[in-house]
Amino acid sequence: MTDILDIRGISKSFGALKASDDISLTLKSGEIHALIGPNGAGKSTLINQIAGGLKPDSGSVHFSGQDITSLAAPARARLGLGRTFQISQLAPEMTVLQNAVFGALGADGRVSRFWRPVMKDRSLLEVARSALERVGLNHRAGERVSEISHGERRQLEVAVALTQKPKAFLMDEPMAGLGHGGSERLTGFLRELKQEAPILLVEHDMDAVFALADRVSVLVYGRIIATGTADEIRTNPLVREAYLGDEEEHA
Amino acid sequence: MIRETHLNALIWLLLLIIPLAAWQMGEIYTITLATKICVLALAGVGLNIALGLGGMISLGHAAFFGIGGYAMGILANHAQSYIPIMEHPFLIEGTKYMPVIWLLAIVMSGLAALAIGALSLRTNGAYFIMITLAFGQMLYFFAISWPAYGGEDGLAIYVRNEFPGLNTLVPIQFFALCFLILTAVIFLSSRLENSRFGLALQATRQNETRTRTVGLTPYKIRLIAFVISGMICGLAGALSADLNRFVSPVMLSWHTSGEIMIFVILGGTGRLFAPLVGAAIYIMLEHFLGGVSDYWQIFLGLLLLMVVLFAPGGVIGLLTKREAAHD
Repeated sequence: MTDILDIRGISKSFGALKASDDISLTLKSGEIHALIGPNGAGKSTLINQIAGGLKPDSGSVHFSGQDITSLAAPARARLGLGRTFQISQLAPEMTVLQNAVFGALGADGRVSRFWRPVMKDRSLLEVARSALERVGLNHRAGERVSEISHGERRQLEVAVALTQKPKAFLMDEPMAGLGHGGSERLTGFLRELKQEAPILLVEHDMDAVFALADRVSVLVYGRIIATGTADEIRTNPLVREAYLGDEEEHA
Repeated sequence: MIRETHLNALIWLLLLIIPLAAWQMGEIYTITLATKICVLALAGVGLNIALGLGGMISLGHAAFFGIGGYAMGILANHAQSYIPIMEHPFLIEGTKYMPVIWLLAIVMSGLAALAIGALSLRTNGAYFIMITLAFGQMLYFFAISWPAYGGEDGLAIYVRNEFPGLNTLVPIQFFALCFLILTAVIFLSSRLENSRFGLALQATRQNETRTRTVGLTPYKIRLIAFVISGMICGLAGALSADLNRFVSPVMLSWHTSGEIMIFVILGGTGRLFAPLVGAAIYIMLEHFLGGVSDYWQIFLGLLLLMVVLFAPGGVIGLLTKREAAHD
């Protein structure tokens, strides 16, 4: 398996707070690599640096063999880095289909077209429709995003990411607020999806993480304290102490 | 109530029929008012692309309107005085020929929008409003202190410029010209709204993180929209100058920017015919209440307040409110 994504020693500080402290990790083709850690461990900061929203103070990010550390978020997206957010980032006044078409338009890249109606553009519609179909949202295509449910918005985010035909996915808590059934369905879908493109998954839902992840990295106070298979992580004393033990007490 | 497309068609027809009727009855002044509505609405259509579709709250669009006005003023001024604009290194003479004037107005205001937009769009929110305002005021004070073209007094053009096949001094013919241009530009802006670019522009207004995530750069999209918007305002400025046969720094002042914005907001920000409705309301208020009191703008202010507070969709939004419930 080759490394699609290779993060080498990135650090990021906000004042005295070390949000990322010499983090290295890889994402190999065909795998789901889950990133777990307690609140405030720096998971979102890390994802943001990989996606291009934040610049690391030091270290580098490589994507399919290319150093992308100095590229802005749109350029990284064009290279094939698909992303979904913890809080959905969609165009709320547009319909479900329009959002998906916008994703296809971004992947197509030819945006300076002022004349022909975009919603009659066959090639974009085809990509958008098939992405909606895959996440099971086609029946909601005509609804405005502001009218659909929270869970449907999460599905739509995944669908928009699919229209990009990415080489890797960054997913920040895709299960959050989905409810049990929805979470299970998405788990099944992600397992299927990883064959197309590997997924770096930030997730709080431990059931989902242990059911899905080929590898798990544990982030605590900006440092990765362990990386391994789900079983290795479950039994790792450091991890139990820092994170899982804490969870079990609450459970 | 009424569907927006039907309402738009009705408004468009009224704008056509009323001046034609006035022409039959010899009511020249009504034709002039209708022409004024066309020209101001055109500026509003320009701003609506930046403001309504793109969410860019520009208080500097008077700059483009004024540049269009001065493009006309300068060309026509040289033509009427028979003094070339420059002789070296090559000869450039003035012209009274509208298509050339419009072209220059569009190009110059587009270039200004490119420069102003390129800088302003690096900021957002209140800073964007302030920086566009500052650029507009810079041009305003420049025009005031530029004696070659009238300075504070402005420039008077004695005879309206020419358009092939028309006698532009006949009010109904000049109206027809302005009406056709307005119609064409509204049509173009509706194509733009529904095009690939329009989708990207509106998505960027609603959520620019989304735009970045799909691989597009919000800055570029906004800048293109800002330039298109400025070019339309420039054309409107040239026509407005021709309507009044007069150009002055007032065209460049921030009051003008505010007025254009009021047209858009009164009609309903982002709606295709909003600028036309807004401009018509503005001109009618000015006409009917301006005769009653010099302070007629108090009523305009009250109306604007009502619209902003109780009808965020503007007058068009108010009239078409129940559309969704019927569908």
